[in-house]
Amino acid sequence: MSDFSMALMIAVIALVTMLLRFLPFLIFGGEKETPEFITYLGKVLPYAIMAMLVVYCLKGISLTGAPYGLPELISCGLVIILHVFKRNTLISIIGGTICYMILVQLVF
Amino acid sequence: MNKGDIKKAFTASIPVMAGYVVLGMGFGIILKTKGYGLIWAAAMSIFIYAGSMQYVAINLITGGASLITAAFTTLMVNARHLFYGISMIDKYKGAGRKRPYLIFALTDETYSLVCSDETLKGVSDRHLYYFFVSFFNQIYWVAGSVIGSALGSLITFNVEGIDFALTALFVTIFVEQWLDTRDHRPALTGLASSIACLIVFGADKFLIPAMVCITAAFAIMRRRGKEQRDE
Repeated sequence: MSDFSMALMIAVIALVTMLLRFLPFLIFGGEKETPEFITYLGKVLPYAIMAMLVVYCLKGISLTGAPYGLPELISCGLVIILHVFKRNTLISIIGGTICYMILVQLVF
Repeated sequence: MNKGDIKKAFTASIPVMAGYVVLGMGFGIILKTKGYGLIWAAAMSIFIYAGSMQYVAINLITGGASLITAAFTTLMVNARHLFYGISMIDKYKGAGRKRPYLIFALTDETYSLVCSDETLKGVSDRHLYYFFVSFFNQIYWVAGSVIGSALGSLITFNVEGIDFALTALFVTIFVEQWLDTRDHRPALTGLASSIACLIVFGADKFLIPAMVCITAAFAIMRRRGKEQRDE
């Protein structure tokens, strides 16, 4: 790909991404009062989206073939347990990540 | 300038640092092996600034995809950002000159840090806080891409699996939100819709159906809630 086509490609991807990020604000973000349903979505969506992102991160695991998604499931389990008991974001993330790295590098 | 807010923003952004530097490096390394060096890696991370889309973009570039294909692929992969915008409309109101950048830099990870009011404890200027969380995150991403592009071939220790940091971040926030609220229906709606759509539509195509399901479910729940109040 030539430098020019490459730059054009990057511009298109950047513009579409920006369009998606700006669109809700362009439609609902004015001085007018936000529609009630959108305000409601604003309150409940964070919970639903975080669940969606977790599923999105784990979408690639296979439950039917070895290692049956075990490294991911064990590490996520550890993150949940650590967070319920310690409520410290950094401990939960570092603990889960180290556990996962050990599992994929040395165990499975 | 409130230094306390900036410090809080930095502390909040540390979990993203690990994930972004590593994933950014991965991106820089792959792009480099395809023949595009540091300037391109930096340009993409500065102007596109969308993690998974940039990985997809490498395939578009090496495959010689048309601009139309690139536009539609971006639309599909990044459609979830519409959701982030919808739920940040009220929070980003009144952000003034910071607002365009806040919206531009609203990635998955930044969203996960700014979506709950939980993190705002002790913050005096929340828009300043949002701004620096967004800004620090992008610095990590750009730095990772540039480092990967420049020094990728020098890395000798095994970092396999370190990208799990981002999954762990989302799981942590999910648990935090769960512990913080009594009404678990929104979280369960998201979980059930996403898993159902993943099974039905497959890993590559489940996000948009899941978003439709989640919105529909909330519309129904909203109407039911209203009817119960009206009775």
